[in-house]
Amino acid sequence: MSWTIIQQSLPEFAKGFRLTLWLSLIGILGAMIVGIIVSLVRYFKVPYLAGILGAYVELARNTPLLIQLFFLYYAFPVIGWKMSAATCGIVGLIFLGGAYMAEGFSGGFNGVAKTQLESGKALGMSDWQLARYVVFPQGFALSVPALAANVIFLIKETSIFSVIAIPELTNTALDLIGLYYRSNEYLFVLVIAYAIILIPLSLILTWLERRVRYGTFGN
Amino acid sequence: MAHSGINVLFEGHNFVRLLGGLWTTVWIAALSLLIGLALGALLGILRTFKNRLLRLILRLYLEFFRIVPTVVLLFLAYYILPRMMHVANLPGSLMAVVAFALWVAAEFSDIVRGALISVPKHQWESGMALGLNRHQLFRYVLLPQAFRLEMPATINLATRVIKTTSLLMMISVMDVINIGQQIIEANNHLYRTGVFWVYGLIFVFYFLVDYPLSRWAKKMDAKQAD
Repeated sequence: MSWTIIQQSLPEFAKGFRLTLWLSLIGILGAMIVGIIVSLVRYFKVPYLAGILGAYVELARNTPLLIQLFFLYYAFPVIGWKMSAATCGIVGLIFLGGAYMAEGFSGGFNGVAKTQLESGKALGMSDWQLARYVVFPQGFALSVPALAANVIFLIKETSIFSVIAIPELTNTALDLIGLYYRSNEYLFVLVIAYAIILIPLSLILTWLERRVRYGTFGN
Repeated sequence: MAHSGINVLFEGHNFVRLLGGLWTTVWIAALSLLIGLALGALLGILRTFKNRLLRLILRLYLEFFRIVPTVVLLFLAYYILPRMMHVANLPGSLMAVVAFALWVAAEFSDIVRGALISVPKHQWESGMALGLNRHQLFRYVLLPQAFRLEMPATINLATRVIKTTSLLMMISVMDVINIGQQIIEANNHLYRTGVFWVYGLIFVFYFLVDYPLSRWAKKMDAKQAD
């Protein structure tokens, strides 16, 4: 281990660090939005659409992100859809993450007591009102643990972006190793970099889970 | 239609080669699971013991594997293990099994621990009252009940391991994706859309293995919730 080697590599890693954060942020926000929409469509069993989105969830969850990215990056241009590596990465992460988030939300929504839904209907609420005022607020609180796990998972999945040459953290480390053959140093920095992102985040998420644990009524 | 992309799959030995790659993927996943689950069960049991230091160490072990992405774990094993053991040219597949097995052990230890502590307390107490020693308590009372509880999570872990084998190509193991890439490159001038079919087939391969498993896990989970 040489500290000078580590020090010299820090500016490069800082760039990768920022990119990892950005890609994760956009990917996670996109995945949340997709997840909410998909899970609500499936919860209210919207004809046709619910079935199609159900197939999407299974397809995205049961295949590796790496193959999804290869498809986007190498196979799609052949049929005329060309996207930059970073776009492919974000689209891939939202495709994968949307399905995981949808499952997380569905778990929460299905956990909302039946009596809540029936009471809402008895009050004459429309489907939209039920979703907005009854199912969503309570279901969201219930799904927080699953969502938190997905957030961590998706940030870790950005490491796979290195296969399509997006210069995020892992790709930066691999590039440097290829250039200077100092694997100990660069892998050390890489692990520390992920720890800097993920340790505080997982502490915050654990705290959040504890805060929302009492978010249900009527059980 | 002579040069339609799908034919790339059946040109020469391509299909057989892809299946060979799939076999590499499967045995690495299976071996890692076998070793990882055995080690993880042991660690999980140890984590229910009262010794604080032991619990702390095992907790740190788990958190390390939770925080470091699997790609990075593979690279750690690939670059650093051979040097630590002072041997050159260890095959990547072996290093991958080591990395995956340690990762599976970490994740499974948490599943086992969770299942063990959710076996109702009176079971433990009844066992003690009957005069069972600790070994008997685990062997006849706690583990059989925990086993049922941990099944769905274990199957889900297996599907994750299978998906993660897609990363093997990054440490130049000749897995199904690496072979797929070679086939694409070799046939690129003849089959321009070959890339679509080769990656499509691999996509389907993974789905066919993982989908039934995750369905099974979900069904079992629903049954236990009732």
